[in-house]
Amino acid sequence: MTYETLSEKLKNLYESSSDSYGMLVLELPAANILPLVTCLKEECGFDLFLDVTAVDYPEREPRFNVVYHFYSSSHNLRLRLKTQVAESDPTVATLSGLFGSARYMEREVHEMYGIKFSGNDDLRPILLYEGFVGHPLRKDYPIDMEQPIVAYRK
Amino acid sequence: MAMMEFITTRKDELVGWVRKFSIFPYPFVTACCGMEFMAVASTLYDTDRFGAALPRFTPRQSDMLMVVGTISHKEAPVIKKVYDQMCEPKWVMAFGACATSGGFYRNYAALQGVDKIIPVDIYVPGCPPRPEMVIDAIMKLQDKISRDRHPIFPFEEQTPVRL
Repeated sequence: MTYETLSEKLKNLYESSSDSYGMLVLELPAANILPLVTCLKEECGFDLFLDVTAVDYPEREPRFNVVYHFYSSSHNLRLRLKTQVAESDPTVATLSGLFGSARYMEREVHEMYGIKFSGNDDLRPILLYEGFVGHPLRKDYPIDMEQPIVAYRK
Repeated sequence: MAMMEFITTRKDELVGWVRKFSIFPYPFVTACCGMEFMAVASTLYDTDRFGAALPRFTPRQSDMLMVVGTISHKEAPVIKKVYDQMCEPKWVMAFGACATSGGFYRNYAALQGVDKIIPVDIYVPGCPPRPEMVIDAIMKLQDKISRDRHPIFPFEEQTPVRL
């Protein structure tokens, strides 16, 4: 399988495709994430879920990009998926039904950017702590704002 | 009365001399400074020459808490608990720039110096500090211990010594 056959197979599910340093990048609406990734895993041999993260563009509407990376060990191909979500309803479908590792990565994206993954029932903080207010990797979080747990001396 | 004061002073000197050569460190290693801690503890530099190379891996048996590396806010309750578990007398060394002041981390995660939550006796700057600096810090701490008051009985009046 090559990038050409892959993009031909998925052409109903994404909006635009581009090339980033030899890697195929697909942009798609958030509603198509789950069907496209299901097709990737079941039919195209993409067996490794590398990462999910987000990008904050404070001046843009919709504000966030959610970015996924996949790898196919049988075809030696990498794939990046990008979708846009608005600040008012930052919700994407979870991939934890397909890839178990998505549970933890989605927890991290949830605490750092405040993006909700519908269907992931365990979105407790993983690097932050209970009681932390806000999402520190959003651009509007003050860079030096601290929320200490232990009271300071003096 | 003068005789008693003489004896007390000499006793403090004796206890300080004893204590300064048996500093059992508790290395609270969280980051890359740990590599430098290994370097300073091993053969070439050898903190055992100062009686400070027997790491106790329980805070209850140690005298010096070495905070080696960045402390995050999530970790702060842990180090507070470790410090509270140590028996008196106890000393704290902030090892490296991060433990001293937060270093170059100024964000939501990093504690800006471990002295925000526990009292620190000696600060070692550097990112990471050279082994010579750590040895110098241990010797300065030994100086501090040897010149300090060492009340053995609880009813002894404790006057703070300005160094």
